[in-house]
Amino acid sequence: MVVTSTTRTADGSRSGGLAAPQRRVADLGGRIFSGFSLGAGLVILAALAAVSIFLIIKAWPALTASGADLAEISWFKSDSLLGYVGPLIFGTLLASVLALVLAVPVSIGIALFISHYAPRRLAQSLGYVVDLLAAIPSVVYGLWGALWLLPVINPVFTWLSDKLGFIPLFADYQAPAKNIMSASVVLAVMILPIITAVTREVFLQTPRLHEEAALALGATRWELVRMAVLPFGRSGIISASMLGLGRALGETMAVLMVISPGFLFSFHLLKPGQHQTIAANIASQFPEASGLSVSVLIATGLALFVITFVVNMAARWVIARRKDFSGAN
Amino acid sequence: MSKRIDVTDLNVYYGDFLAVEGVTMAIEPRQVTALIGPSGCGKSTFLRTLNRMHEVIPGARVSGKALMDGVDLYGAGVDPVAVRRQVGMVFQRPNPFPTMSIADNVLAGVKLNNRRISKSDAASVVEQSLRGANLWNEVKDRLDRPGSSLSGGQQQRLCIARAIAVQPEVLLMDEPCSALDPISTLAIEDLINELKEQFTIVIVTHNMQQAARVSDRTAFFNIAGTGKPGKLIEIDDTGTIFSTPSVPATEDYISGRSG
Repeated sequence: MVVTSTTRTADGSRSGGLAAPQRRVADLGGRIFSGFSLGAGLVILAALAAVSIFLIIKAWPALTASGADLAEISWFKSDSLLGYVGPLIFGTLLASVLALVLAVPVSIGIALFISHYAPRRLAQSLGYVVDLLAAIPSVVYGLWGALWLLPVINPVFTWLSDKLGFIPLFADYQAPAKNIMSASVVLAVMILPIITAVTREVFLQTPRLHEEAALALGATRWELVRMAVLPFGRSGIISASMLGLGRALGETMAVLMVISPGFLFSFHLLKPGQHQTIAANIASQFPEASGLSVSVLIATGLALFVITFVVNMAARWVIARRKDFSGAN
Repeated sequence: MSKRIDVTDLNVYYGDFLAVEGVTMAIEPRQVTALIGPSGCGKSTFLRTLNRMHEVIPGARVSGKALMDGVDLYGAGVDPVAVRRQVGMVFQRPNPFPTMSIADNVLAGVKLNNRRISKSDAASVVEQSLRGANLWNEVKDRLDRPGSSLSGGQQQRLCIARAIAVQPEVLLMDEPCSALDPISTLAIEDLINELKEQFTIVIVTHNMQQAARVSDRTAFFNIAGTGKPGKLIEIDDTGTIFSTPSVPATEDYISGRSG
């Protein structure tokens, strides 16, 4: 039982009387909530720190090993760790960027159709379908890519190589289509749903006020989209693309099942045996790895970790650059 | 560059709901017509039929005639987009495009009509429109700043500049001062007085003093009860409406006995 109900308020002054017990209950709720949200924030930082510390410690033997030690690993066909990781980073970035280039325009198109063009009924069911696509496991996409897509895409690649083969990008196609382009197509299909879902939500948030402003100026539907919807959704589109890129960078199974690996800095997108991604490489080598070779694989994982970090930083920077014009103020 | 609008027996619907019934009125060129009435009486709804913004809402439609210099705005083959390019609109809350600079906001409508506009032409349109909206002196040194960096009253004048930049025939204003402080309101009212030399203006307002100050003609709308359609009670010269209206309901509303 509270006899003297004087408490200290936040600014240190004394307050008493009837309001005090209620305030104390409210204070408790507030304290629990702020403690909980602070804890949640710290968990993220702790997880991030734990992952990076783990990667660095486990990769350390490989980072410090001599070229001679590394050369004893059966699949290590390079004279230094950097020489080994380099092509893998290149392959990872190339596959992901290609996937993004294929997926983002289509995603924006689908999202715009759902948010601004389709009749409401159709838009809703289409939205559900897109969300469902996001839930399909990547192994299934990999199977689909390896068993269905490769034969289907073969004539397309043959045609591309025949007609546009003078451009190095499309030169030297060989069937079956186990090249980086096929892997990127599978990746693009995989990241399409997440990018579509996020951009759709952003487009739906376009303030009615701005849409009406555009319409009242005599904008057609497309002009409305260009004047009000896309500029407003710009940072959302970038965030969505980064989410997709993150998924593409780390994707393992789909690439593993489609691509015929190679370790070259090559822009021959249609030629098999040129590229490999970090994640797929770890998955394929890990079962037979031990000792130093595990450490090498973890070092490549560290590289992947750093790449995702840099990519996200770059995206933040792009968004922040035009903050004044974002519509958030 | 200013046209008259003759509205005949206009009914406005949201789906099956009849929101405004049987409006017949003439909107004279180069005059300010004020629409007054209690909340929910359909004056804003009616205003939005004049540039076909009403039908943007799903299920909304209109029957009757609205002739702009003899051409029916709702005639077969009339493109609502073309109507909106001739009938400009200023909204209740200032809505400059936040992603565009002040200059780009002014040019937003112009660029819709005319993609390739030379740099010097664009600059002169920006200056003329901002001068027309009494905003030039305040913003001429920061035309490349975002429109959202301005104060509320300045943003509203920017929206007016954006609307007049396309040289519309008619300018619709939907309670343009209701989100503004008294000084900004005064600035907009002065502006309306200047603009009516060039444009036909229709303004919806909740503020009867404002209607008395800025308008040449006043139309009083009223509603019999919730769920009933709004109706035009009478339209006359502003002086007459505010001194000797012909319908008792108008006098009740103006003198504060109803609404």
